[in-house]
Amino acid sequence: MTISVQHEDFDVGEQYRALESEASNAGAIVTFTGLVREFYDDTGRDEPAVQSLTLEHYPGMTEKALQKIAVQAEERWPLQACRIIHRVGELHGGERIVFVGTASAHRAAAFEAACFMMDYLKTQAPFWKKQQRGKHTEWVESHDTDHEAVRRWSLATLKR
Amino acid sequence: MLDVLFFASLREQLGTDREELALPDGVSDVDGLARHLAARGGEPWRALLDPERVLVAVDQTIVDRRHALEGNEEVAFFPPVTGG
Repeated sequence: MTISVQHEDFDVGEQYRALESEASNAGAIVTFTGLVREFYDDTGRDEPAVQSLTLEHYPGMTEKALQKIAVQAEERWPLQACRIIHRVGELHGGERIVFVGTASAHRAAAFEAACFMMDYLKTQAPFWKKQQRGKHTEWVESHDTDHEAVRRWSLATLKR
Repeated sequence: MLDVLFFASLREQLGTDREELALPDGVSDVDGLARHLAARGGEPWRALLDPERVLVAVDQTIVDRRHALEGNEEVAFFPPVTGG
């Protein structure tokens, strides 16, 4: 498992090849890349698009939280490799912000584990986004839908 | 000593990112520490009292407000996370 919290960009092809070489006999590799959107205000107010995001994190705890999420995914699905990268610092629209990759014998495990890691990352890993909109900066609020996304994984546990 | 950290919007509201302090008299858990800081600091510090809006990690693990403190921990207060 590889975890990285970094300022610099990452190369998705390189990450894919790393998963391929770490997994001895994978039948499926899933990669997810999250990008910074130039999202518009969804309250209907006429405001300029977001120009940049600044990501703050909690050095030490953030890496541990990502590690814990990857360990949970490995306990739950038969993964041969998994990687998480999250960028911090100032990012602009269209830039890559997060990467999750999994390798497994079968696609269901690879898909589900990648989705699980993203859902947990969004609610458990200490990152905070501040957005710049025109001259204003504001902290992004957390979303209830992200917490619902996590809850479905605990319901899935109960059904097993 | 407790190493108390504040992040993101909370850090900005409080105007500080870190404080070292001895476990105050009568404080034995996270809830007690939040109450102590709110009573001492006044208005912006009262934000610490709302467990929905302020999460707490002790030694870099998220805990609930009843988590016991010995006096030598790293205690971080921060808003709900928004990464990904």
